[in-house]
Order: sequence, then structure tokens, then C-alpha cells
Amino acid sequence: MFASIRSEVAVQGSREIENTRSKAGLKLQSRNLSFYYGKFKALHEIDLKIQANKITAFIGPSGCGKSTFLRTLNRMNETIRHTRFDGEVLLDDDNILNLELTALRRRVGMVFQRSNPFPKSIFDNVAYGPRLNGIRGKSALEEVVEKCLVRSALWDEVKDKLHKTAYDLSGGQQQRLCIARALAVEPEVLLLDEPCSALDPIATAKIEELLFQIKDFCTIVMVTHNMQQAARIAEYTGFFLMGKLIEFDTTKTIFEKPSIQATEDYITGRFG
Amino acid sequence: MVRHFEEELDQLKSKLLEMSLLVTTAIHRSIEAVIARDSNLAEEVLKNEERVNQMEIEIDDLAIQLLALQHPLAVDLRLTAAALKINNDLERMGDLAVNIALLAIDLVGKPSIKPMIDIPHIAALVESMVRKSLDSFVARDVELARSVLASDDAVDDLRNASFHELISFMEKSPKNIPQAVNLLSVIRNLERIADHSTNIAEDVLFYVKGIDVRHHAEARE
Repeated sequence: MFASIRSEVAVQGSREIENTRSKAGLKLQSRNLSFYYGKFKALHEIDLKIQANKITAFIGPSGCGKSTFLRTLNRMNETIRHTRFDGEVLLDDDNILNLELTALRRRVGMVFQRSNPFPKSIFDNVAYGPRLNGIRGKSALEEVVEKCLVRSALWDEVKDKLHKTAYDLSGGQQQRLCIARALAVEPEVLLLDEPCSALDPIATAKIEELLFQIKDFCTIVMVTHNMQQAARIAEYTGFFLMGKLIEFDTTKTIFEKPSIQATEDYITGRFG
Repeated sequence: MVRHFEEELDQLKSKLLEMSLLVTTAIHRSIEAVIARDSNLAEEVLKNEERVNQMEIEIDDLAIQLLALQHPLAVDLRLTAAALKINNDLERMGDLAVNIALLAIDLVGKPSIKPMIDIPHIAALVESMVRKSLDSFVARDVELARSVLASDDAVDDLRNASFHELISFMEKSPKNIPQAVNLLSVIRNLERIADHSTNIAEDVLFYVKGIDVRHHAEARE
């Protein structure tokens, strides 16, 4: 069945999407992007456009390449040896290969599946990035830390213990702390790789609500195994399979009437 | 291995088909009761009404359960949504068959004011529409569903012609009025059954193709 799946670019669902996808609305795009782990071709000629200030979700079975694609967007794959990519990724009009790496990762932040707070206080976790970027004044740092903790819906829970270790927080709180830390350097894009997979439903709901709020000033791109999560919060969803982008459209279209049979088979659980 | 969820979907479809059979039988018997002035047939329609109502509740319950527990998506979601609507249409068609059966009981023992030509003609067309709409659901046949939509105008035309004729009978003699009004009501109920079958056809198009053709006559072409 999968041998017949086309390798061409993602299907656009409606003419309306095409017409409104002006340059001004785009934040990230990949053009003919292929990625290799050594000789293994993990991504096949991905063409994809991510809208600014929207939540875009990638779904697909394990090993389909969605996390690999996500990590390509801020060149995190370069931390893995013997990898390379062909094609290009544009952040606004800038090819990410032409951007200084630290500057790229400040503009395109990342939150991982397992929360990874630094072995520091809650305050210092969030203040770390701003300090590196030259903010030194106490009040300036306090303002940044409070703003980011408020934005990540954590402030009320930690405001009285900012100088306690981040390790004292629950899993859900630690993940929101990691989001606050990422927001502290005012990224334009936030990449999230299965941010809620280790969290309980209540913590997950808090993270999802948080993402709704921060998309007003940040473009969100996330990988999730939880299709219901993608359905709940993403405006656009892309379905990956065997390194190919099979279908990309509004979440409503993907989950109500997908164009490609493989997409329908996957989301209805008839896949595999 | 059949997934548990698919078994539940199959159960939903089976219950809808069972209800369809009850309702189409009721419609047929009610029409025969009018044509043959047969009160026994009419009584059978009234007796079966309770089962139709019970099935409506069972089907709604099953569909809601599916939505709540299984979170169906894409074609499964559209099937569940369509099933809820078709269920409602079938129950209403059952009510209309009961109305026709009651009118038939009223006609028993009364001499006909005119030969029974129009009602059998309209009834045949309506029963065909009902059968095709339900077959299109079973077979996921969009062309068959579209043919049901195209038949609706013919029913309306026949209804209008019958109305004119019955009104002229009433104008000829006041003695004709009670039975003519009765027959007008039968035709009106048949027309409503046809409307519900077009609703079912529209739901089939939504279920199979994900397209919404309600209220857009041009989309029916």
C-alpha cells in the first residue's frame, strides 16, 4: 500500500489557503528538504509552509521523520554526527544556513519531550538566556522572569519560591518552566517535540492552554503522537509517513475529510 | 483482526438498517391501508410505532457513546454524525406513516369521491425515493443519493396537481370536503416523507464525500 504513496509535495486542501498564504503570513518554509542520517534518507523533498502566529502540528507513526523535520528547523540535528540536509529552510526570508547558529536558536527556540530544567533555581533557569544576551540589571531580570513565568502560567505557583531549585517542581511545572525559559529570549518560533507526552491530563491541559495564549506573539510548531491534541489546538496539521509529508492542510480538513487515503487510514486507526 | 471500534460502527449501521426496515414497512402498510381502506393494516402501523421510537433512542445512545468514547475522525466521524441525523429523519418518517394510518382509519367505510389514482402514483414515487436513499447509505452510492435529490421536484409537481384536483372536488360539492381534506392530508404527509428521504440523501453525500449540499439546489446537479 505504501509503495503507491506519492513522494510529491503536501496536498493543499483548499484554494482559500493558497490565496491567503502571502509572504507576510509565512514564518518558516522548507523547500525540497531532504535529510540524511549517514546514507539513510530520513526526509524526502519536503515542501512545507508554516504560518506565522499559528499552531502547526505534525503527526505520524513512530519513525516517520516528524521529529527529524522539527529539529531541522533550528539545525538541532547538527548535534548528531554524520547528518546533512539538501534543500533549504527559510526563516522569514533568511536561509537558516546563513544565520549564525546561536542567533538562529534564539529566534527559533525548542522545548523537548522530557523537561530539562537546569540544575539551578527557578529564577536562574528563566534568567539564564537573558543574562547571556546581556541583560544584567536586577530589576530588568526580575521583570523578564516574571513576564515569562506569567506567560507560561507558572507565576502564581512559584512566585513565592523563585530561588528554590527547579528540581522541586512537578513534571508539568518543570515543562512550563522550560517553556518560560525558552520564551525569555523572545523567540519568534517555538518548536515543541511531544511536550506533553510525559504529563498527566491536567498538566497537559495547562500546557495546551498556554500554547493558545503565546501563539499571539510566537509561531508554534509541535510534534505530537496525540491526535486529539493536534485536533484540539492546532490550526494546521501535517501528516508524515516514511519520511514524506503526505498531507498538509487545516486541522479541520485533515480530521474531517482528509484528501489522501493514507492520512484517513492513519487518523482512523486503520493504519498498520 | 476487526477492531472493537469497527464492530461498534457496524452495530450502529445495523441498527439503522433495522430501523429503516421498520419505517419502510410502516410507510408501505399505511399507504396500502389508505388505498384499500384496510383498518387492520392501519392498526399494524400504529402498533409498531412504539418499536420505532425505542430504536430512535437506542441509535442516538449508541452514536453519542461512540463520539464520547471513541472520538471518531474523518469518515467515521461523518458516519456517526450522519447516523444521528438519519435516525431523526427515520423517526419522523415513522410518525408520518402513523398520520397516514390514522387518516386511513378515518376513510374506512366511506365511499370514494374519486378513483384512487394520484395517491398510488405519488406513493410509488415516494417509496422509491425512500428505498433509494437508504440503499445509497448502505452502498455508499453518491450517484444514487443524487438521484433521490433530483426526484423531489417530481413529488412536488404531483402534489400540486393533486391539490388542484381535490380543491375542485370540494368546490363541486360540500359533501366532498371531509374526504378531500383527508386525502389532501395523506398527500401532504407523503410529500413530507419525500422531504425526509432527500435529507437522508444529503446526509449520505456528507458521509461518503464530506460535502454539504443542503440548501444549495445548484449543488445537486
